[in-house]
Amino acid sequence: MEALRLDISVPLRSFRLELALAVGAETVALVGPSGAGKSTVLRTVAGLVRPERGEITLGDTTWHSSARGIRLDPDERAVGLVFQEYALFPHLTVRQNVAFGGKARVDELLERFRITHLATARPGSLSGGERQRVALARALAREPQVLLLDEPLSALDAETKTAVRGEMHELLHELALPTLLVTHDFADAALLADRIGVIVDGSLVQEGHADEILARPASAFVASLTGANVLSGTARSHGDITEVVLDSGASVFSTDTAIGRVGVAIHPWDISIAREAATDSALNHVRGPVTSVFALGNRVRIGVGGLAGEVTRESAERLGLREGEIVVASFKATATRLLPQT
Amino acid sequence: MLARKQLFPAGLGLAALATATFLALPLIAIYTRVPIGRLVDQLGSRVVVDALVVSVKTTVIAQLLILLFGTPTAYLLATRRFRGRSLAITLIELPLVLPPAVAGIGLLAAFGRVGMLGGALTFLGWQVPFTQAAVVLAVAFVASPLYVRQAIASFEAVDPTLVDASRTLGAGEARTFARIVLPLAAAGLAAGTALAFARGLGEFGATIMFAGSLQGRTQTLPLAIYAEFDSNFDTALAIGGLLVAVSAVLLLSLKLGFRWKRSDSTSASRFAPSA
Repeated sequence: MEALRLDISVPLRSFRLELALAVGAETVALVGPSGAGKSTVLRTVAGLVRPERGEITLGDTTWHSSARGIRLDPDERAVGLVFQEYALFPHLTVRQNVAFGGKARVDELLERFRITHLATARPGSLSGGERQRVALARALAREPQVLLLDEPLSALDAETKTAVRGEMHELLHELALPTLLVTHDFADAALLADRIGVIVDGSLVQEGHADEILARPASAFVASLTGANVLSGTARSHGDITEVVLDSGASVFSTDTAIGRVGVAIHPWDISIAREAATDSALNHVRGPVTSVFALGNRVRIGVGGLAGEVTRESAERLGLREGEIVVASFKATATRLLPQT
Repeated sequence: MLARKQLFPAGLGLAALATATFLALPLIAIYTRVPIGRLVDQLGSRVVVDALVVSVKTTVIAQLLILLFGTPTAYLLATRRFRGRSLAITLIELPLVLPPAVAGIGLLAAFGRVGMLGGALTFLGWQVPFTQAAVVLAVAFVASPLYVRQAIASFEAVDPTLVDASRTLGAGEARTFARIVLPLAAAGLAAGTALAFARGLGEFGATIMFAGSLQGRTQTLPLAIYAEFDSNFDTALAIGGLLVAVSAVLLLSLKLGFRWKRSDSTSASRFAPSA
């Protein structure tokens, strides 16, 4: 298995994409807000965008090198690029779409992706999940040595997405190809990728395992990208503990040390919801009416005083949580991260 | 007495009726002036058959040349951005608005015996004016902009993401063009072909100046109408009726062609890298 290495610089409209990355037989997810330059990374690796400067290599093969004046065309690079909207050829059948990538393994791939029964159908008549499987089969028919996935789950409805995410995780593991995956959804990245790189305005601001990024986000922005509650306020030290006076006037406490303006990040699952403030170890309590109740599978997300806490559906029912009810959201000082505010 | 608020719709209706009548009347007159049977008989006359052969032959050859050169030209103009592109497109469109007489005199000035290329052509033993080649050139000159314009629009309408997908799946530019771009633009290209064919078939002004009106050699159907109308009005009418029918069929097939289902995927801007 050959590793993909890239070190590229691409000018975009309002900023410059600068990225250096090495991907072995693993899945690396690039996560960032839309417009951060994530898709451009994939298009550059595939040869559809020419970097202003840089180098892209796969093992000993150079795909692009500004210094040496090498630039392979997209069709000369062994990439499988799965486009965000799948880009299936509307005038070809499913079988012809897959065979367009390569004729050798068409039957096997149709079988592998459970689309044999759709072989003579045209893309226009397929569901989102089916289109996605055809797009994957077609990309793999090319026998790629690098797999590039552009928001592979974003065109799917929530229900299909959960199922497809599981299948895709299995597939990526089984393929063991250097895979670059682009998504704006941290949860997708966490479930599919071995490593995550957070891209903001064209630069890699943090890289690591999902757990590391969740536990120690590099900034308030990264924290919000992971789905954490992010508040801002002014920190001052009380010896072992830091008090942050939030912009809303309330105070919260954290075991992190910081002074001055900070972002405060708390993950929804670190927040517990109760009718009355419990006399447990949690130091932080925010009392207020429930502003929103939103079911997410077997969990329920409860909005209280600008925070979102997650409880199980059972707890939500037991507490009778409804909008307008006064509740207390509690979280520990040890689960409260203080972060630089950018 | 019409109510005030009915005046406007009534006005619209009257204007539409007048327009339709005015446009349809000459066409109806062609078929009603003499019995249809007589018209059909006239189609067998020597003049008509000769003109039909010249028309079909020259228009088909001109159309093939238009497809052969116009298609790559249109693809180039649709997919590349370069300095002078707008100028090139304007130049290609110019014959559309040029008076036919200007086209005729221009062709003579370029390919005539004393024209720009006249010396070279005479040297090669080629006499262009007043030959069938001249008819072909005149038809190609006036009809090609209709095809090229339509072809540029059709190529631009092909989702660039599909072209990108084809390239990443290992197809080079040529294979991508043949397997993806051409089939997806086919309906539009067919429409352009029908338009150009209809225009070419009706070409009159440039042809009569540049190719003359020699029966059996350069006399096309429209030229035959002109040649016959004072000596043999029925023959002229018959040719007119034939051309109306052919034009109607072309227009109809054009409209049906446009109903073809188009690509259902989304497109993105082609020339700016999207983030």
